[in-house]
Amino acid sequence: MNIARIKRRRRILFLLLGFSALSISGTLILLATRDSIIYFYSPTELLNKNNIENKLIRIGGLVKTGTLKRKENLKINFVVEDGKNEIKVEYQGILPDLFREGQGVICEGKVIKNNIFSAYKILAKHDENYMPPEVADALKKSGKWREGENN
Amino acid sequence: MLVELGHFCLALALSVSILQFVLPIIGIKLKSTRALATSTYSSYLFFCLVSFSFISLMWAYISSDFSVALVAQNSHSLKPLIYKVTGVWGNHEGSLMLWILVLSLYSLALSIIGKNIPLKIKSIVLSVQGLIASAFTGFILFTSNPFLRLLPPKLEGEGFNPILQDIGLAIHPPFLYLGYVGLSITFSFSIAALILKQADSIWIKWVRPWAMLSWTFLTIGIALGSWWAYRELGWGGWWFWDPVENASFMPWLAATALLHSSIVAEKRNTLKAWTILLALIAFSFSLLGTFIVRSGVLVSVHAFASDPSRGIYILLMLILFTGGSLALFAKNAPKLKSGNMFSPISREGAIVINNIIFSAAAATVLLGTLYPIFIDALTTNKVSVGPPYFESVFIPLMVPAILLCGFSPMLTWKRAVFDNIYERIIFIFIVSILITSFLIYIRNGSAMTFLGIFLSIWLFLGTIYDFFERILRGKSFNEVAKRIVSYPRSAYGMSFAHIGVSIFILGATMSTAYKTEIETSVQIGDKIIVENKELIFESIKQNQGPNWLADVATFRISHNESDISFLYPERRFYPASQINTSEPAILSRLFYDLYIVLGEKDIKNKNFAVRVYYSPLLNFIWIGIAFMAFGGILSLSDKKHRVSYKTLRKNRNLSIK
Repeated sequence: MNIARIKRRRRILFLLLGFSALSISGTLILLATRDSIIYFYSPTELLNKNNIENKLIRIGGLVKTGTLKRKENLKINFVVEDGKNEIKVEYQGILPDLFREGQGVICEGKVIKNNIFSAYKILAKHDENYMPPEVADALKKSGKWREGENN
Repeated sequence: MLVELGHFCLALALSVSILQFVLPIIGIKLKSTRALATSTYSSYLFFCLVSFSFISLMWAYISSDFSVALVAQNSHSLKPLIYKVTGVWGNHEGSLMLWILVLSLYSLALSIIGKNIPLKIKSIVLSVQGLIASAFTGFILFTSNPFLRLLPPKLEGEGFNPILQDIGLAIHPPFLYLGYVGLSITFSFSIAALILKQADSIWIKWVRPWAMLSWTFLTIGIALGSWWAYRELGWGGWWFWDPVENASFMPWLAATALLHSSIVAEKRNTLKAWTILLALIAFSFSLLGTFIVRSGVLVSVHAFASDPSRGIYILLMLILFTGGSLALFAKNAPKLKSGNMFSPISREGAIVINNIIFSAAAATVLLGTLYPIFIDALTTNKVSVGPPYFESVFIPLMVPAILLCGFSPMLTWKRAVFDNIYERIIFIFIVSILITSFLIYIRNGSAMTFLGIFLSIWLFLGTIYDFFERILRGKSFNEVAKRIVSYPRSAYGMSFAHIGVSIFILGATMSTAYKTEIETSVQIGDKIIVENKELIFESIKQNQGPNWLADVATFRISHNESDISFLYPERRFYPASQINTSEPAILSRLFYDLYIVLGEKDIKNKNFAVRVYYSPLLNFIWIGIAFMAFGGILSLSDKKHRVSYKTLRKNRNLSIK
């Protein structure tokens, strides 16, 4: 067998290996993404969605001033608004450091009945001036965005 | 005044970097050695100008000059000096200044260490460095100028994000950038090889130390960031698959692949086109990382507020460097001489599979990180990709890589006879299975947990076995001692790094699988029981720091009657920025970490919210990474790297044509 042929065969072998690695990872990706992609909705968008109950989603907006209530066992209630609509959020646990009324927030969890959102994770951002882009967009859509003030 | 001078120097640095880029090109076109030789001086000058500019910015921070807009936004006169200094790179503009400072340092180092590299190659490398430098310096001057003045000046700064006031985070960016930017050198060398259409065996010897150096810095940098997130964020976790973490992880994966393929390229003079491609990809990932962090396109806990024009500028740079270099690769790579052959079952073959797996892993991380951007651009939906995706894709990909890593150092180069190592593999496999089964017998856990433990033991035994086999090949005691001494440092480095991976896997597996989390609300005198340890909330007192007020709780932890320790978690309030933060307290023992977060106070019944984590073997994560980084340093100190730069002196006259 001449050297060129052996070389070509090796190259094909490695290409096949690379190809199979990519296709295996592709399959893994498809298997994984089915339930690990989390959709984000603003309270207004949420209102128009059907069959959203018990699906893992994220919602975001501003924490409505004056709605934060603490109960026993670290249970917390507050309202997230985007200027047009709002949704009540229930959470149990310690709130992140930068969580404040009137500030942007993202909650991950599920809608349980009656327009109540049960959050298992609350994200507030590091930077006190920072607005999560999703929340900023949601506020822009509802017309509540004030340039310069929120940015 | 100093600030204006710094600003001026930065503008000068831009023109110098453009000269550094252009003059060598003219030199090649006109065959002028003098024009080529200017690149060295340009790199000296660029370094001096950028350092001066950087120091003047740092001085504005130290002296709390609030007439500089950036300082007024990000600093505060009450901030401790160390955080004033590190605050320079705690924001967008300053971190880019650090970026070009590191870049100028690398160009300088190359000019000095590489005195004897043939002028043509060296000046092309420096020219590419000049192009990168001018792109970034221009980016700073035109979109993110740190030297802008504020009129009227502020009396007091607007504070500094208190979560970022931490020593781990303060030194994390310099290390990360030393890693990111170090990959620019391997990138430039690759471009030079592609332009000259030659990548000979000496070329790879120049490139390899830089790949190793960047990888080591990147490893340390990522670990420091992760360590900071663990201690500071109060979530008890150390890796969140956050876009910004992924941004530093992708170059690391590519650099790891590069590191391994460059060994083959050096030892066996083959796989060179592939090594060049990896170098191009690794640096592109560095740029992409910068883009993701700086443009604010992705929701992240790290994102700085930023404006879109910056994102577009970086995107254009990314397209220029990645697209341009890949086009050059497509055009010229086939003209490179192909190297020696090897059988699929050989050390080279194993490293190729390692490379394929690491590239695939980087690709899947890339997909998961960018997916939300695509969805946002193409539809009206907004999505985020969570840790479940990364865990279910990344971990299965790493399993074969670790299995392979356990025995591939035993394979011989070129063509390995599998029969020779067959018995050893079976032996290691059986021992690992026995130890794992014993652990299954004494402790419950999921299949994934035991897979992790098995892989860790497998890799550990494989590495140790290989090492001792090489050492004990000597017949007498003296001969063995001689072997230990003369065993190459790069081989020691490999063993250390692989053992580090094994320790890391064990730590990551155990601390995740057997973690206990308790969230409760306590009054003074209350008791929490975690894993046979008794935590008593003893007292709470007020405390004052340089720029904060704090509630400090005292927890008494009794492991048994004689072993008692105390933990003091804090809840701080920063008046300057009106922010509350929790300062977790961590009792870190070799075999477990106990972690307490003090939450907010309930006004009504004087209860405090408290979160407690117990994570076994968490320290093994840091120990493992330290082993990896130490392996990198050991390997870097191998004399052959110095030799490859020194012997040039002898061959100097031969290699310059």
